Amino acid sequence: MTGLERLADTFFNVPVMVQYLPKIVEGFFVTIELALAVVAAGITAGLVLAVVRAFRLRPVNFFIVLVVDVLRALPPLVIIIVFYFALPTIGIRMSAWVATWLALALVLAAFAEEIFWAGILAVPKGQWEAARSTGLTFLQTLTDVVLPQAVRLTIPPLTNRTIAITKGTALGAVVAVGEILYQAQSAYSFSYNPSPLLLGAVAYLILFVPVVYFGRWIETRFAWKR
Amino acid sequence: MELLLQSFFNLDILKQAWPFLLSGFWMTVKLTLVVVPLGLAGGLAVALLSTARSRAVRWALIVYVDFFRAFPPLVLLMFIAFGVPFLGIDLGAFTAVALSFLLNTSSYYGEIFRAGIESIPRGQYEAARSTGLSAVQTLGYVVVPQAVRNVVPDLISNTLEVIKLTSIASVVALPELLFAAREAQSVTYNATPIIAAGIIYLVCLWPLVRLLSRFEHQQIALH
Repeated sequence: MTGLERLADTFFNVPVMVQYLPKIVEGFFVTIELALAVVAAGITAGLVLAVVRAFRLRPVNFFIVLVVDVLRALPPLVIIIVFYFALPTIGIRMSAWVATWLALALVLAAFAEEIFWAGILAVPKGQWEAARSTGLTFLQTLTDVVLPQAVRLTIPPLTNRTIAITKGTALGAVVAVGEILYQAQSAYSFSYNPSPLLLGAVAYLILFVPVVYFGRWIETRFAWKR
Repeated sequence: MELLLQSFFNLDILKQAWPFLLSGFWMTVKLTLVVVPLGLAGGLAVALLSTARSRAVRWALIVYVDFFRAFPPLVLLMFIAFGVPFLGIDLGAFTAVALSFLLNTSSYYGEIFRAGIESIPRGQYEAARSTGLSAVQTLGYVVVPQAVRNVVPDLISNTLEVIKLTSIASVVALPELLFAAREAQSVTYNATPIIAAGIIYLVCLWPLVRLLSRFEHQQIALH
């Protein structure tokens, strides 16, 4: 075998790829499902927290800032491992999927809360005063006047952060969630051939290259006015 | 409560695990001190090269940056750690981690530096060149210092992410903090080492998070 043939046999081993392609495809859909669940839960929770923070209740806000700081300081993989390997020892059990989803959703919620809160603060005070003076309640002012403006400002940073965190779904492989990386890795150890890893890498590119481009487009579309 | 103390804050276990955790902590520090400067240097190189006049160079860099931004870092790490040895090159865990971090973080740092360089008005170049500075001198003395100052918060934010990301090195058995904690857990059958590792991360990185929070609020005040 020439060097090139050996290289092809190692990284582009067609029989191995054909054998494990269905597994990778299965993982592809698990990754999408997990990512969508993380984005939906994380952004919703982040928005709710930012709205709660807008009421400026001191003890509540102190608690929110504390939790957000902790979630921003801890590596996501550490949070996943705490959920999956440490919590069961005190009787809290969850599946690997739930542990990964919950950890990533909490991290996204923390970042999203900070970003939404920054957006709320960026809306000039006069907007609040004008809205309140027309007779809108505090909540109406928040939802009908402030948030629509704030959310627009937050779209570019939020998109980037969301993309970065959804790529963290690969961390689920560490606790054996059957997503792309896990499937690729177990196929690699069964076949002792790295072709499935290459297949997995291609699957990630198919999934995330459009997402990265979408992020770029969002960034120019909603650019912060300077 | 008793159970919680026994399982998460067990002092006897902590005493046993402490030497492991400490050596893991130093490995994380060492890793950080290697990958952050490497990533910064690589990122600056990417950003400077993207000011090149050659269209081919600029396109190549955009492809490079987008490619590695689309790749989850753990996927890249596994690919390098498990795939490259098949080429007959034995990298070792530390080099594999350093290489994958260089590829991943240089594209993120590169984007940040590029935004910084783009924020410097054209007139600065023209003024610098007209005083007789060469193109390289203009970049080195005029553009880059101002560009870096403009993106300090983003650089710190990315650095925080990079430090947190070093925890994925545990997956390829590099004995850093998280790996040490998991080893200690499997030896002692107790989750205290993992909780302790979490607390160590928290204590070290919290100041950075607070600093960033302050920066973010200042940035908003400017708008």
